[in-house]
Amino acid sequence: MTLLVIFLLCLALLATVLLGTGAAGERADLLEQINQLLPQTQCGECGYPGCRPYAGAIASGKDDINRCPPGGDTTLQNLARLTGQPVKPLAPDLTPAAEQVAIIDETICIGCVKCIQACPVDAIIGAPKMMHTVIETECTGCRLCLAPCPVDCIDMVKAPVNLRDWHWAKPVIHYGD
Amino acid sequence: MSRTINSSPHRHDGSSVANIMREVCLLLIPGILVYAWLISPGVIIQCLLAVLFAVITEAVMLSLRGLPVKMFLSDYSAVLTALLFALTLSPFTPWWINLCGIVFAISLVKHAFGGLGNNLFNPAMAGFVFVLILFPAGMNHWPALSAHGGEHAGLGTCLKIIFTGVDLIRLDAVTAATPLDFTQTRISGMYMISEFSDMPVFGSLAGAGWEWVALAFLISGGWLAFRKIIYWQVPVALISTMFIISLVFYWFDPDVYASPLFHIFTVSTLLGAFFIATEPVSSATTPLGRLIFAAGIGLLTWVIRTWGAYPDGMAFAVLIMNCSVPLLDHYTRPRVLGETLAD
Amino acid sequence: MRELHTLTGGLHLDTHKEMSRNIDSMQAPLPARVILPLKQHIGTACAAAVGIGDRVLKGQIIATAAGDVSVPVHASTSGTVTDIGDYHIPHPFGIRETCIVIEPDGLDEVYATEAIQDYESLGPRELQDVIRNCGIAGLGGAGFPAHVKLREGVENAVDTLIINGVECEPYITCDDRLIREKAVYVISGARMIRHAVQAKHCVIAIEDDMPEAYDALAEQLTASDDIELVRVPTCYPAGGEKQLIQVLTGKEVPSGGFSIHIGIIVHNVATAAAVYRAVTRGEPMISRYVTVTGEVKTPRNLQVLLGTPVRDCLMLCGYEDDENTRIIVGGPMMGTHVRDYNIPVTKTTNCIIVTRNPPRMTQQPCIRCGRCAQACPVELLPQQLYQFAKADRFDEAREHHLFDCIECGCCSYVCPSHIPLVQYYRYTKFEIALEERRQQDAARHELRYRLHQQRNAAQRRSKTAKRRQEPDATTAGTADMADMRAVVRAAVERTLKKKRGPDT
Repeated sequence: MTLLVIFLLCLALLATVLLGTGAAGERADLLEQINQLLPQTQCGECGYPGCRPYAGAIASGKDDINRCPPGGDTTLQNLARLTGQPVKPLAPDLTPAAEQVAIIDETICIGCVKCIQACPVDAIIGAPKMMHTVIETECTGCRLCLAPCPVDCIDMVKAPVNLRDWHWAKPVIHYGD
Repeated sequence: MSRTINSSPHRHDGSSVANIMREVCLLLIPGILVYAWLISPGVIIQCLLAVLFAVITEAVMLSLRGLPVKMFLSDYSAVLTALLFALTLSPFTPWWINLCGIVFAISLVKHAFGGLGNNLFNPAMAGFVFVLILFPAGMNHWPALSAHGGEHAGLGTCLKIIFTGVDLIRLDAVTAATPLDFTQTRISGMYMISEFSDMPVFGSLAGAGWEWVALAFLISGGWLAFRKIIYWQVPVALISTMFIISLVFYWFDPDVYASPLFHIFTVSTLLGAFFIATEPVSSATTPLGRLIFAAGIGLLTWVIRTWGAYPDGMAFAVLIMNCSVPLLDHYTRPRVLGETLAD
Repeated sequence: MRELHTLTGGLHLDTHKEMSRNIDSMQAPLPARVILPLKQHIGTACAAAVGIGDRVLKGQIIATAAGDVSVPVHASTSGTVTDIGDYHIPHPFGIRETCIVIEPDGLDEVYATEAIQDYESLGPRELQDVIRNCGIAGLGGAGFPAHVKLREGVENAVDTLIINGVECEPYITCDDRLIREKAVYVISGARMIRHAVQAKHCVIAIEDDMPEAYDALAEQLTASDDIELVRVPTCYPAGGEKQLIQVLTGKEVPSGGFSIHIGIIVHNVATAAAVYRAVTRGEPMISRYVTVTGEVKTPRNLQVLLGTPVRDCLMLCGYEDDENTRIIVGGPMMGTHVRDYNIPVTKTTNCIIVTRNPPRMTQQPCIRCGRCAQACPVELLPQQLYQFAKADRFDEAREHHLFDCIECGCCSYVCPSHIPLVQYYRYTKFEIALEERRQQDAARHELRYRLHQQRNAAQRRSKTAKRRQEPDATTAGTADMADMRAVVRAAVERTLKKKRGPDT
């Protein structure tokens, strides 16, 4: 009888340990998976300093999945599928992102390198006292370079439509008379 | 220079859903006329009633769903459903049964599933089975043919029966069993087919009179196939399956199992093969899937006729095969050009 | 005699070719302005090699190939470069891409080129370089650089070279005219391509409704030639690469693969003719045959310098602007409906059609009639793909082989419900590609972010280390920093003043 109790206790202990490590492993794994779904703009709009910290918050259940404006509907749906949560609209304190890129007005830029330091993905190139410019294809549109600029020479513009981006829209069915 | 931009292709063959449906409707008319002339003029009243009820129900459903009524009404799909439904009814069916069937078919079977193109079941067949189960008594009176001694009910009598209802005793005078009914009751009564096959209810191919109606549908259906509005493979698969299975059993025991010709030249077989099994929305869409779908209907119809409780099984067979459509479509996907060579 | 195989699906369309096929082609006059897009082929855009104000000669390279899948652009006439900027290109949305604009000087002065006397003495690779430097990109309409196909041909054993003269789209007769007028170019070009890829067999395929073209080619073939001339039954889209291979050989190009995987290379007849000119005369690709047809007074074929505005071609054939007509560049089944006729003729422009606006057709629900599946030359299930596209079920669409769709338009053509199926597929294909691109972008951004952070951390570490090691330097550093700050402040003030300047 005693033996049986001990045996069961050991089993329970073992199960707890296994489950616990399994869960931790899963969480780490989940974080990685969530991070892969995020757009990696590193914009911080979600309130976290970068995409990975936000992924951590979702993985541990500390925050909602609807706090990523640049990700748009696609990211939201993917996150919902991964985490098993329902799809919900973007958190009300956030505004949906427009697809934009930063552009530096090169006649005004004084070459202070502040924006270069602020850019999380190194999409701005330049040197001190030299004109800076944005690598359009690398800019994530995070707007983090706007605030540091002392002369306000950075604007967000709609990314130009070119052959790469243009596509046929989904046909709209409207039964007009 | 026009600036409304369209994606290619910039040409169209000019076909439309309305044209297809209208042509199918028109090709039902010769069969209906032969039916009216040889069997009973009541069929015309049933058709007109059904079309009227169907158009009204369709209009109501469309406006409830907020869709443009005129555009969708003019696609003739409701008219076609109504005609097929009316052809499954006995010419003496009371008008309210007709109404019930149509309302069920159009509102629940068609529009509740999303309207044209989205119904899982053939609306006409579902409507027929609905009223058959609910009102078996009202649907069991088939006209007697003067050719074999019955009293032929004229247009006036038909109108009277349909709209006022006549007591059953008076009705008995003008009704008789259909050949399928006749066969089933006799066989279950332990008669042998050879004992009653020379009865006047039978003609040279199948039922006397009825066989001509069946032939009319065969000819119209052939035209539909020739015009490539229906796939010829579907009726061929249906009829040949039925032919083979009935031939095997007929050869095995011709006294218990009806002959292949009798099965095939029954109105419901040919109408079903050319006009019902070919209804695109609720049937399989892959080439192989369509063949299996049609063969399944042929087989099940024969099984229900032979061993089932009802004399005819076309409607049940169609509905059963409708259920199998998603599966058929899934498992019979054709091989895409170059597919197996990809690995 | 080659045994022909039947095409799966396909349509027998009214060809409307009689309108333009029996009139001799005409040399279009020099336009007032030549607009040459830097990207006229599939692949990477070229890099401009001239500047504004430069004088260029006919046949001179004005934009060099960038990367491997790219061919240079040549000036189609002599003149001055007046602009390098964004101009409308043949595109339904009226997109602008970088173009070089040349104002012709009317002299048509030719850039000195070298002709090759004996191409057989050249190795396949040298021949490919010649072809590439002459800017030859698939003239069939897709614009695939010819040299890439040729190189594949050298790297892999080529069993059959097919010269495609099957102009299956209605209205287009430019290849027909080209064969009839320049049969010797086509045959010689075919021999050269054959040499460049070392193909065992060579087949020239034309449609059976081009008897004159057949005769013209047959006349040029000598007894010693083992080039096969094959007539293919007229059926759309028998001229598609995969379809033509199926008809001629019965082989199927693997799904997602290329024809070279089964030892076959396909080139257009116009490409063959261009190769001939490039090799024997050193002439780059600067003009082409264009069919102008439809609702114009004199439908015919024109020999047009690349960069000539479509408008000029139309006017030559008696076009009158009309609200009830539209302009299609390419064929009626796969061409582009353009909103502006001030677009240049490019290497891929084979046809310009003026056509009546079709009656407005409202899209109706799919009734699953399966006509699309019967017409589909790839044996897809267009009706299923449509359901997936409509519901944005991209994974299932891909699983149902969406990417094997060649956008030939047969399904939309026969759809009784008037569903713009091709547009649904284009939309879905793009969305899937976009999602893939987004993932790649995200991965790259993450990597850059990580590197950025690592660099910042390293910088911080070295700064503190420095401070600890050289306490004196710190004060000096602060002084420096203060200096720097003052400089920045001054600069900021200057700039802000400058910025406000015009306002105040």
